[in-house]
Formats: sequence, C-alpha cells, structure tokens
Amino acid sequence: MKDAVTAIIKKYGNDKSQLVSILQDIQSEYNYLPRTALDKVSKKMGIPQSQVFALATFFRAFSLKERGKHIVNVCLGTACHVRGGELILDSLQRQLGVNPGGTTADHNFTLESVNCMGCCATGPVVKIGDEYFGHMTNDKVEPMLNKYR
Amino acid sequence: MKCVNWGLLRLSELVTLTVNGNKYTAEKGQYILQVARAHGIKIPSLCNLDAVEPYGACRLCIVEITRGTRKRIVTSCLFPVEEGLVVETDSPRVVGNRKMLLDLLLARCSENKVIKQLAAEYGIEKSSFEKEYWTKENCIVCGLCARVCEQVVGVSAISLVNRGITKGPASPYLESAKACIGCGSCYYACPTGAIKMEDKKGYRYIYNWKIKYRLQKCKVCGIEWAPEKQLEYIRKKWDLPKGFFDVCPNCR
Repeated sequence: MKDAVTAIIKKYGNDKSQLVSILQDIQSEYNYLPRTALDKVSKKMGIPQSQVFALATFFRAFSLKERGKHIVNVCLGTACHVRGGELILDSLQRQLGVNPGGTTADHNFTLESVNCMGCCATGPVVKIGDEYFGHMTNDKVEPMLNKYR
Repeated sequence: MKCVNWGLLRLSELVTLTVNGNKYTAEKGQYILQVARAHGIKIPSLCNLDAVEPYGACRLCIVEITRGTRKRIVTSCLFPVEEGLVVETDSPRVVGNRKMLLDLLLARCSENKVIKQLAAEYGIEKSSFEKEYWTKENCIVCGLCARVCEQVVGVSAISLVNRGITKGPASPYLESAKACIGCGSCYYACPTGAIKMEDKKGYRYIYNWKIKYRLQKCKVCGIEWAPEKQLEYIRKKWDLPKGFFDVCPNCR
C-alpha cells in the first residue's frame, strides 16, 4: 500500500493543487480512500489532515468507507428519474440486499446512486465499474449483475 | 488573494466612491465593507473578521451598487472599491434581501441569541417559514472557525467537511482534532457562539473538536492560564527557552 500512494504522489510531482487527482488515483487503486493513505498524503505533501479530509468528504465520488469490487452506480438524474431510475434502484436494492451506499456481504458489489452521468439519451442508466448499461428495465437487472457474479 | 497589510499601501491609487449619497476616498484594493466601516457606516455581517480574508459566507453585508445604468447586489466584504462606484447600503432591495437572509437564518438558528437579535433589528420576530423546518442549530456554516484556525493560528486543525445540507465545521474524521492546540481562537471568532469551550478542573475542553487538554498552572499564583499544548506551540514557534511559560503573565 505504502508504495502505491508514494508513487501516485510522485507522479503528480508533489503538487498540492493536484490533490483531487491524487485522491482519484488512490481511489481507483483501492476502490475507496483508506485512512492510512489519506494520512500519508497529508504527511508527505504537507497538507493539513483537516484539508485532505474536507476535500475527501466534499466530493461524492470519493468514499471513505471500504467498497466492493464492483461499484454499481444507478443514475437518478432528471432524465433517468422520469424514465424510472428509481424503479431500477429499487430492483437493485432487492437483488443485492443493500441500501444505496451499502456493500454486499461478499464484498462484490457496492450500490450507489448518482445524479447524472451525462448519457441521458440512454436513460435509465446503470454503470458497473466502467461499463454502462442503458435503457435499463427490471428484467435486465439480474442478467446484468450475473456478468459480475 | 493574500492577506494585505494596508499600512504598506499608503502610496497606492486612490479612488472616490459614493456611499449612501456621500463621497468617500478609499485606497484601491480595499473592500466596500472595510471603507464603509472606517467611516462609521453600519453594514451588518457575521462572517467577516479583520484578521482573516473575507469569505462572503453569511451574505448579510450585501449592498446595492450602481455602475452606469445597472444595479447589482454584491457582498460588500468581497467587493473591491473602484472609481465612481455608487453604493447603497440600505436601499429597499438590500433591506428586502437581507430580511430574507435573516428569515432563513432564523429558521435554522431559531434559538440563537445573535441571530434573533439581528433579525429583530430588521423587524423579524419569528421566521416566516413553517415551524417544522425550524432547527435549533447555532452554526451558520460561515467557516470563520476554520479560517481563523488556518490563517491566524496556522494549525488548520479543523475544516468545513461534507457538502450541501450536511456541511459543517469539524475535526478530521470527526475524531479528536490532533492538530488542535486548544487556543480557543475558533471559540472567540465564532459569531454565533456555536462552539462550546470550557475550562474545568485543570483541563480545557472544546467539545466541537472533541479535545481535552491539560491547562498550565502558574508556578507562582497557581492559576491555570492556558493549555499546555498551546504554550508549547508558541514556545517552539518563537524558539523560547524551556520553562518560559512556567509563570503566568501577571506574575512575571
């Protein structure tokens, strides 16, 4: 773990203004922001712990809680909302047995809602990892999840 | 923008502006609020403190400015003066907007003395919002505590965390603030008394940041006069000899 964080900080040349990018890279490494990593960033870069914490809590894309292997993002933005995004979220909640923000017991999935992914034409949209699933219906939820099970 | 020592800017450009119909001369780079207060013009504000950079969070210091034919509402604490600027501090539009702000603040801080008094000055005894939305919050999330901690004390022990309706000042990880020196600057700076600090039985407590620090006892009179951690911080910063703070300022 230590080396990965050090390498990321090095990649950005210890530049304080790149803190968001650094946290993003750390998050893609571990799927969340481990506290030890944040403390390391704070120490190595000379940024007060409080400011790193403020930034990490400001953006919803950052998670301070450990997350599963696959992150399931359900879009609840305006376009997806009117096309039934809530129903898809409902269905996912039932199938995974977790509320938004929760992680399944096997640490395979974390369910999260987002407020727009910029692909409203294909709504309702669900994103798992880097893959987008457009025109979602309740029927498509299970086959979609099975790909990652 | 860095904190500027106005004393060094005496030779800078001067501008003339009109506030409530009277002409005033000010230095370029000063803010409307600064100039107005220097001339005894009353503009209410909560989040402004001379020791820190203006931030524009409470928005109570709004004024109406006229440039050419256009009128605009701006926060006077953040708006630099310029030549020919026309400012109204109590125009009907300003007062109306300010009342709305106070109405909102009063709904949030329905039992806060400072907010209640300010609202009363504008004729608001009770928030017009429905009671179910009222809260007994004291903090208005102006961030003054965090700004003082960063810019004046220089330890940045606390910050504004989260965002939106959950935003508020807090210590890192909502645990005891490790970097806090217990100086209490946040407590003294807070405009609404939202920070709870107490010196009790040899310890200083700042409940908001979950800290409890032992107080230094004066070796002569025995009075507990400051947290040990704060004195140690000052001692190191100024490279003072060990034991420099064993005696309180009164006994020295």
